[in-house]
Parts: sequence; structure tokens; C-alpha cells
Amino acid sequence: MQELFNIFVKSIFVDNMVFAYFLGMCSYLAVSKTVNTSVGLGLAVIFVLGITVPVDYLLNDYILKPGALVWLDPEFADVDLSFLSFILFIAIIASMVQLVEMVVEKFSPALYSSLGIFLPLIAVNCAILGGSLFMQEREYQSLAQATSFGLGSGVGWFLAIVGIAAIREKIRYSNVPGPLRGLGITFIITGLMGIAFMSFLGIKL
Amino acid sequence: MSTDKQEREPLFSAKNRKLLTNPLNIDNPITVQVLGICSALAVTAKIKPAFVMALSVIVVTTFANLIISVMRNGIPPRIRIIVQLVVIASLVILVDQVLKAFVYDVSKQLSVFVGLIITNCIIMGRLEAFAMGNKPWPSILDGVGNGLGYGIILIIVGFVRELFGSGTIWGYHVIPEAFYDFGYKNNGFMILPPMALIIVGIIIWIQRSRNPELIEEN
Repeated sequence: MQELFNIFVKSIFVDNMVFAYFLGMCSYLAVSKTVNTSVGLGLAVIFVLGITVPVDYLLNDYILKPGALVWLDPEFADVDLSFLSFILFIAIIASMVQLVEMVVEKFSPALYSSLGIFLPLIAVNCAILGGSLFMQEREYQSLAQATSFGLGSGVGWFLAIVGIAAIREKIRYSNVPGPLRGLGITFIITGLMGIAFMSFLGIKL
Repeated sequence: MSTDKQEREPLFSAKNRKLLTNPLNIDNPITVQVLGICSALAVTAKIKPAFVMALSVIVVTTFANLIISVMRNGIPPRIRIIVQLVVIASLVILVDQVLKAFVYDVSKQLSVFVGLIITNCIIMGRLEAFAMGNKPWPSILDGVGNGLGYGIILIIVGFVRELFGSGTIWGYHVIPEAFYDFGYKNNGFMILPPMALIIVGIIIWIQRSRNPELIEEN
């Protein structure tokens, strides 16, 4: 239990998707103009990461990694399908996003219309695929660990986008130099937030 | 325009040259279209991985644009995203295997970011915005141009970070020993992730002060 909690906290603060690996920057920059939409998108990302990482973990464990097919037949012990992981992971993610889109449309039309184009774009949000690929690279030992990593990364991304959205709402009243307005200042603020998040690096978990 | 006229259009007409050169500056995928930021920042601590990454992205954008442009009339609009993803993912698998075979150490350094080319918005974005509606040859040029525009930013950021962060360029020491004797220190801060963001921010700043039409409202 303690270990799961450690993975969760670590993936929120120390290995933050946005500040440590720059994943999901495109939607992070595009949707962070107001806090409301960014909360919606952040929640959607938590949800999708929380589903896709465990599903991809099972996929990796039972089909893709070297020798994973042994449960079918001992003959397959030296079959290594890991080169297929990109295409299978992205297929799982695309279908999960489609599913989430349908659920959101049915149960929360308001959220659906405010997310607009960005919901389908979660499919190509690098944070989602990145979550699965990091899960594969770091070789988590159990489904529970993979799940807590997925949820933690989602929460980290949520924190980052809500933080930047709040700052951007306020910065509209500041006198930013012309050429730096919009994108430029957002980059620099993100860099400063990243420096702040680096203070978590020393934490031993 | 009649097809006849299209065929007689020279391969590098003014319009086609624009496709190639616009993304390098006023239509740069990273600083203006805001596409493909993620990988641009993560692999630029050194020039070598940045260069390999830029090359991989150029290859993938070019061929993905070509393939989708050839198939564009046969793709049902409803499932086009899945078709595009499959094409991109197959190309990325090829690139990944080639990198693993020939430059294994760089491929290890890039780690998950090669796979993340799949979700690099430059590729998706160009497919949607250009290749779905244009002939193969302009699409190839558009792919090469955007790949190059992406690569240029990567190399600039990589150059600055490696020069000031490690005192090397492409792994060779360029800052003379004498400097270190005078107390010059490598700025370890440059290697850390947040500096990449700040450098890109500064690049955007410089670019926009030279092209005032790019300045945003708010």
C-alpha cells in the first residue's frame, strides 16, 4: 500500500508529466486560457490515463513483452512482439477516448460542448501515450502499481494545467511586452513553474 | 485550375518554394503554429539527440504527408483519424527500429520520445491541414518544410543548451580550458528541463519582435 502511495505522489510531483517531461504541451498551451475549460480537460485526462495505463499494462504483460505469450503455449517463450507496442497502445488510446467522448456526451452535455474539439484531441495528447510508454519502460510490477502511476500522472497534469490557466487569467491585466504576449510569456511562466516543481526532486520516496 | 495547367507547373514553382520556406520562419510549426512542443523540449539537452530527433520527424512528416495525400480520396472522413494514426504509427515503428539498429545509444537517450512522434501534433496537424486536401508533391514539400522548421528550433535550442550547459558542441569541447582557469563554470541549470521552455520563450520573443504581424492580442 505504501509503495502504491509512493508511486502516486512521485508521479504527481517529482516526475510531473508537464514540468519534467514536457508531455501534453500542445493541449496544455492551447486550452489553458480559462480555468473552467482547463479543469474539464484536466479531469478528462486523469480519467483517460487512469483507464489506458492499466489496460496497456495488461496488453504489455500478456501479449507484447518478450516471452509474454507463454500463457498460450510454452512454445512461444521466445516471441518478442514489443515492436508492435506503439501501434497497439495508440489503438487502445484512440478507442478509449472515443468511449469517454460518448459517455461525456451522454451524461454531461455542458462539459461536452465546453471541451469541444479538445476531447478527441486527447487521443493525440502525448501525455496519454507517454504514460503508457513510461509504464512499459519503467517495468512496473503489478496492475495496481501501473494504475496508481496512471492516476498520479493524470493528477500531475491536471495541477499543471489548472495552475497555468489561473496565472494566464490574471496576466491578462499585466503589461507584457508585445512580442512576448500570449505564447511567449506562457512558455516562460511554465519554465518558472517547472523550476518551482524541481524543488520536489530531493524528496526520497 | 485545369489539370493540364497543374501538370505543367514546374516542380519548384514560387508557390511550392513557399511551402518549403514558410515553415522555417513565419509559419514555423513550433513558435507560430504551436505544434509538437513536447518532444521539441525534452530531447534538446544535447545537439546529437536533437539532430537525430529532427531527422526522424522530417522522415515521418514527409512520408506520412505523401501516403495520406495519395490515399486522400479513398479515406472515409469519419474514420480518417484512425487511418492517419495507423499510417503514422507504422512509419514511427520503422524509424524506431532503424534507430535501434544503427544508433543504439542515441535511441536509448531518446527513450520514449521516438514513440511519441506518433502523437506529435505536427504530423497530425499537417495531415489534417494540408495532406488531406492537396496533391502528393506539394504535400511532400509541406512535410519536408515543416520537418525542417521543427528541426531548426530543435537544433538552436540544443546548441544553446549544450554550449552553455556542458561547454561542448556535438560532444566536442569548444570552450577553451583557459576560460575554466579564470573561473568560468558550465551553467548546470541549462541542462535542466525548465530552461528549454525559457529558451523557446526567448526564441518566440525574438522572432515576434522581428515579425510584428505575429504578435498576439491578449
